[in-house]
Amino acid sequence: MLEIRNLYASIGEKEILKGVNLHVKAGEVHAIMGPNGSGKSTLANVLAGHPSYTVTSGEVLLEGANLLVMAPENRARAGLFLCFQHPVEVPGVRLDHFMRAGFNAIQKSKGQEEMDVLKFDRFINDKAKLVEMDRSLIRRSVNEGFSGGEKKRNEILQMAVFEPKVSILDEPDSGLDVDALRIVAGAINQMRSPERAIILVTHYQRILDYIVPDVVHVIVGGRIVMSGGKELALEVETRGYDWIERPDEALRAIG
Amino acid sequence: MPKPASTLTQEKRYLAAFASFERNGSAQDPAWAHRLRRAAIARFQSLGFPTARRGNEEWKYTDVGPIARAPFQTPVTPAGVEAGALERFALGKHGWSRLVFVDGAYAEELSSLSTLPPGVRVSNLAEVMAASPDLVEPHLARHADYESNAFTALNTAFLHDGALVHIPDGITVEEPIHLLFLSTSRQETASHPRVLILSGRGSRATIIESYGGPSRGRYFTNAVTEVVVGAGARVEHYNIQQQSEEAFHITTTQVTLGRDSAFSSVNIDLGGSVTRNNLNVLMGEEGCSCTLNGLYLVGGSQHVDNQVIVDHAKPYTTSRELYKGVLNGRSRSVFHGSIVVRKGARKVNANQVDKNLLLSDQAEADTKPAFWIYCDDVKCGHGAACGQIDETALFYLRSRGIGERAARSLLTRAFVSEVIDSIENEPVRAHVDTLVQAKLQEWLGE
Repeated sequence: MLEIRNLYASIGEKEILKGVNLHVKAGEVHAIMGPNGSGKSTLANVLAGHPSYTVTSGEVLLEGANLLVMAPENRARAGLFLCFQHPVEVPGVRLDHFMRAGFNAIQKSKGQEEMDVLKFDRFINDKAKLVEMDRSLIRRSVNEGFSGGEKKRNEILQMAVFEPKVSILDEPDSGLDVDALRIVAGAINQMRSPERAIILVTHYQRILDYIVPDVVHVIVGGRIVMSGGKELALEVETRGYDWIERPDEALRAIG
Repeated sequence: MPKPASTLTQEKRYLAAFASFERNGSAQDPAWAHRLRRAAIARFQSLGFPTARRGNEEWKYTDVGPIARAPFQTPVTPAGVEAGALERFALGKHGWSRLVFVDGAYAEELSSLSTLPPGVRVSNLAEVMAASPDLVEPHLARHADYESNAFTALNTAFLHDGALVHIPDGITVEEPIHLLFLSTSRQETASHPRVLILSGRGSRATIIESYGGPSRGRYFTNAVTEVVVGAGARVEHYNIQQQSEEAFHITTTQVTLGRDSAFSSVNIDLGGSVTRNNLNVLMGEEGCSCTLNGLYLVGGSQHVDNQVIVDHAKPYTTSRELYKGVLNGRSRSVFHGSIVVRKGARKVNANQVDKNLLLSDQAEADTKPAFWIYCDDVKCGHGAACGQIDETALFYLRSRGIGERAARSLLTRAFVSEVIDSIENEPVRAHVDTLVQAKLQEWLGE
């Protein structure tokens, strides 16, 4: 479903991704772990088309289509979704209006019916239940004055609204307490399906207790240095990232 | 060798027009009005237009040379206007009281008055000057200073027709009163609209001034409004400017607030080649408060300058200012906000914000806050910003499938909504919203 081949990307003069390869099939959940500054968030942002990053070589195919030539909105219309690590506050734009604008833009691009205000209201009310989000937030300006946890729930709410084929979740667990984590993880689990793929970027193993990944990758220095099953996350948790940075020892350890 | 005509200022034309106006146009007015006008024209003559040549700080960023040099005519006979020409400027509900002025002259046939509460007067100033001089003489030209401002002097020299709104003590006027000033461009016309608003103790009223003209054409509007708000009274004031983009638009609004009174204004500028608004509020008695908001949308080579002076003369007075601008093309905006806190004016609370959104690299916004504080026990704040659309917000919207143009449009609309939402009167808010959205649609295409 998503194929990343030898991807290099930089911000300004600084090269951050140095040859990332990743193949995610429909129905799979891939976790990407890595220390600070390893390129996790860069990978997420580059896939979504963030204008601050420049792709210097490599390719990314979403269901066979060249993702990297698409504008950010066209990536969303093609079924890609980024759950932001730091969701942006947009004063003056109501969350429900914003979601409906995006939803309808995607529907329109597919030649499908757009939703009127009333219908969309009912639609998001149902989705809001999934993340146990206070409905009054939906009528407020996007993320303005939201707590850290509310912002994360809002991202997952949007994921539920847009029903993307490929979701990239950039640290959806950061800043969440245990209860909020359980709700967010529960909502993400409900969206797992054979038609969808999820890439979950995280610093900590904790969320993987709730969302059990099919594959775990460890990214260090802009490259995926190791991939394995869910047990790899536990190894990282107990041994720390230093251990990965000494690959010979690491490889011996997991046999 | 004589100087080419284009560099000459045209004060003489106004002096000649004044002589003709004194003989024909206003001979019936009371003696005090004649005296006042003569004093004002003399003042204008000695001040001259504040061109760069005579330059001073107040006019540093706005060159009124093109106004001074243009051979504008001040018409003595009113122009006819088809009722249809008013449609573009119609606002509010059927039945609101509306006075219409064409090139400064009262157009009775286009005006209509709804049933107003007893004692409320909404009339042509010229009539009231003759019929009830005791009502207007103590206030007219006593608030808006013509000694130091040439434009106010010029307006005062041609004082005759205008709008008089008088709300007696304790009266609430529910429906807004609309004063519409239209310019024609039958010739390159100068007009000098005048408004006097007297709101008695504990009264309440909403007054809308709107200015407009043909969609093209050069003319000059030089308006002066005086607002006197009595103790405990509340006045909501709107100023909506839709002049031609070749027009010159100069306004002075002088507000004097009584004890515990409240004044709010929303100033909307959409048209005009050169626009300058002077808004001066005298916080003249304890406990009064004002909220002064503004929104300007300029493109092409338009220039808009808002000069707002809030004079906190007394303790326990509160002022709030929020001005926002959206600039396109090679346009330029100036916001010059002064807050004065006089000696002994304790517990003053003043806040001023000016924010500008630049849609083009060639547009320029100058914002200049100035605080003159002569008292310690006060709370004053200000914020100013000039910038382009927030790229992170833009990316966030686009990442949800919203196209770039639509996203820019959405963010621009969000930027202006703060001022539009501050318009308390619903029909006025809807009217302004329609005008602003149409302008943004023209610029942004979504």
